[in-house]
Amino acid sequence: MHFYTYDGSFEGLLTVVFEAYERKAWPDQIGREGEAPPGIFATHLFVHTDEAKAKRVWEGLGKKLSREAWENVYKAYLWEQPGFEMLIFRFARLVFSSQQKGVEENFADACVQKIAAIGKQMFREKHRMEAFIRFQRTQDGLFLAPISPDFNVLPLIITHFEKRYADQPWLIYDVRRQYGAYYDLERVSLVSLEEAPRGLRQGHLSPDILTEVEPLYQQLWQTYFDHVNIPERKNKKLHLRHMPKRYWKYLTEKKPRQQAHQPIQNKQVPTKLRQLSR
Amino acid sequence: MQTSLVEKLRILADSAKYDVSCSSSGGKRKNEGKGLGNAEGMGICHSYTEDGRCVSLLKILLTNFCIFDCAYCVSRKSNDVKRAAFTVQEVVDLTINFYRRNYIEGLFLSSGIFKNADYTMERLVRVAKKLRKEHNFNGYIHLKTIPGASEELVKEAGLYADRLSVNIELPTEQSLQTLAPEKNFKEVLTPMGHIKNQLVLVKEEKKLFKSTPSFAPAGQSTQLIVGATAESDRQILTLADGLYQNYQLKRVYYSGYVPVVTDSRLPIISTPPIIRENRLYQADWLVRLYGFGVNELVDEQNPQLDLQIDPKLAWALRNRHLFPLEINTAEYELILRVPGIGIKSAKKIVAARRFAHLTWEHLRQIGVVLKRAKYFITCGGRSLETREWDEEAIRRRIIFGEKGSRGNLWGSQLDLFQQAG
Repeated sequence: MHFYTYDGSFEGLLTVVFEAYERKAWPDQIGREGEAPPGIFATHLFVHTDEAKAKRVWEGLGKKLSREAWENVYKAYLWEQPGFEMLIFRFARLVFSSQQKGVEENFADACVQKIAAIGKQMFREKHRMEAFIRFQRTQDGLFLAPISPDFNVLPLIITHFEKRYADQPWLIYDVRRQYGAYYDLERVSLVSLEEAPRGLRQGHLSPDILTEVEPLYQQLWQTYFDHVNIPERKNKKLHLRHMPKRYWKYLTEKKPRQQAHQPIQNKQVPTKLRQLSR
Repeated sequence: MQTSLVEKLRILADSAKYDVSCSSSGGKRKNEGKGLGNAEGMGICHSYTEDGRCVSLLKILLTNFCIFDCAYCVSRKSNDVKRAAFTVQEVVDLTINFYRRNYIEGLFLSSGIFKNADYTMERLVRVAKKLRKEHNFNGYIHLKTIPGASEELVKEAGLYADRLSVNIELPTEQSLQTLAPEKNFKEVLTPMGHIKNQLVLVKEEKKLFKSTPSFAPAGQSTQLIVGATAESDRQILTLADGLYQNYQLKRVYYSGYVPVVTDSRLPIISTPPIIRENRLYQADWLVRLYGFGVNELVDEQNPQLDLQIDPKLAWALRNRHLFPLEINTAEYELILRVPGIGIKSAKKIVAARRFAHLTWEHLRQIGVVLKRAKYFITCGGRSLETREWDEEAIRRRIIFGEKGSRGNLWGSQLDLFQQAG
């Protein structure tokens, strides 16, 4: 029984794949450095990350896979759920051992299906972050957004925000994983903040670091959100399906109102009917 | 000043919300030169209201002052409501500041008609122009075209907007005349025609000169109100199909009538026809993307869509002689027509069967809704059902469940009645 460990990096994991092939010793389990071996009889091997070896594996996969399936391998790494390392290994082995091109479309294979499903899951989470991130502007002009996604999607959303907000500095900070992406009008860098703006490490920004007009725009957005709703069509179930509660924490429109929402009385339907629709 | 901006937003968002379109996709506007915003690729719903609708754009009226008196409209002249008007700069500031905070994909600007069509249209265009020219804004802009606006203004609008739309409002000219006497089909169809011509022209010119400025790259759409007048689903879908073909519309939106004003010309209903609206959208998708003809979904004998089951299932039940399909050999176009199989699943099936003979388990994994599909397909010549069910039985089993005890049969029926209003 072979137990491989690596430093936790994507390159490290790809190096494990390389070494396994090199030794023809297929892993039964792969874990992060420091993880306990699965049993006392397991042969344990710690693999040092080697960029050149990782690159060979990565490019080898790229040659045999569609772009989407290739990216899904990286997404499976960012997925971080138990067993992802072995899944990636099994998928890589399937790809390298198949003669035919297009093995990523063999949805009859459980491993292919799983990688595709993870790709979809990651895409959904990435898309949700692109939608649900809410920036708040600080006094020095920085647009700040705390997030805590289910999966580690921050690396996947950087390009989107870089293209979109090219003319404003921003920082998106993953509170769960304690690191962020900071754009300084030139480039994006990954930052891990020892001394983040007050409160950011816990995910809430104290009002005194925010710019003066920030509360006004937050109030305007809440007002808009309240008034764009059509009460006659209320459908809480659908609302929750699209916007699960765990995402509400950082949504401006879900924060308490300064003034309670007052519906506009612009409808003139008979009182009887009004009672009916309630 | 600040309270008044909030107050204006309250009024002008509230009266814009009955326009259902919120799409922000199909734009091709890239952020060049480090400006603000990017509208390439897919649309994003940034939030969802409690009614479950997507919030993608800042959807507001420039003003709810209006010289028209359309019976179904909350802003009609004779309705006693608070009126307000944004300045051009206010709309620009709101859009930019909402966009910068990632609240929205862009702006959907419509308006009540004040003075006349061109006067109104000119102001809408000015907002879009300012956003593009002065603020280097590359987010999404959807402008409503005011019926009767001049061709020049429509042309200019298309230079700055990603999408233009003119609302046809009601499914027939006759209904329009009854409920909106100041409007007519001609005034709606003329600008729609201008937009279409311009879209075609620019597309041709782009082939020759890459530098030709874009014109409404996300195309045009329209909306009509369902349930305020007596038209059948067949009339509505036939109209929509004609609009898709003759005016190259990207989307026709169906807005279930929400009672907003009392008027003897309007029906009295307690809840909007949400299920009917949903069935129309399903039928619309089947026509646009699944290769169905309108006549296959509704015809003289069945002018209304079935409210209990989706139009694809209804079609399949009427056409049982075409089934079952063998999933390992049937053509893609036919697989698309199986209830419970969508475009993605159909594509996956066709791809996967090159590698392996597909089993029921494979289909389940791929994401086929077997609850509906199993009556219409075989896998390796075998059916999942051991006996043959007739049309009625299939319908009952799909709606009420297969092991349905009397109790939950009641429950689902009640639920259905509630939904159908």
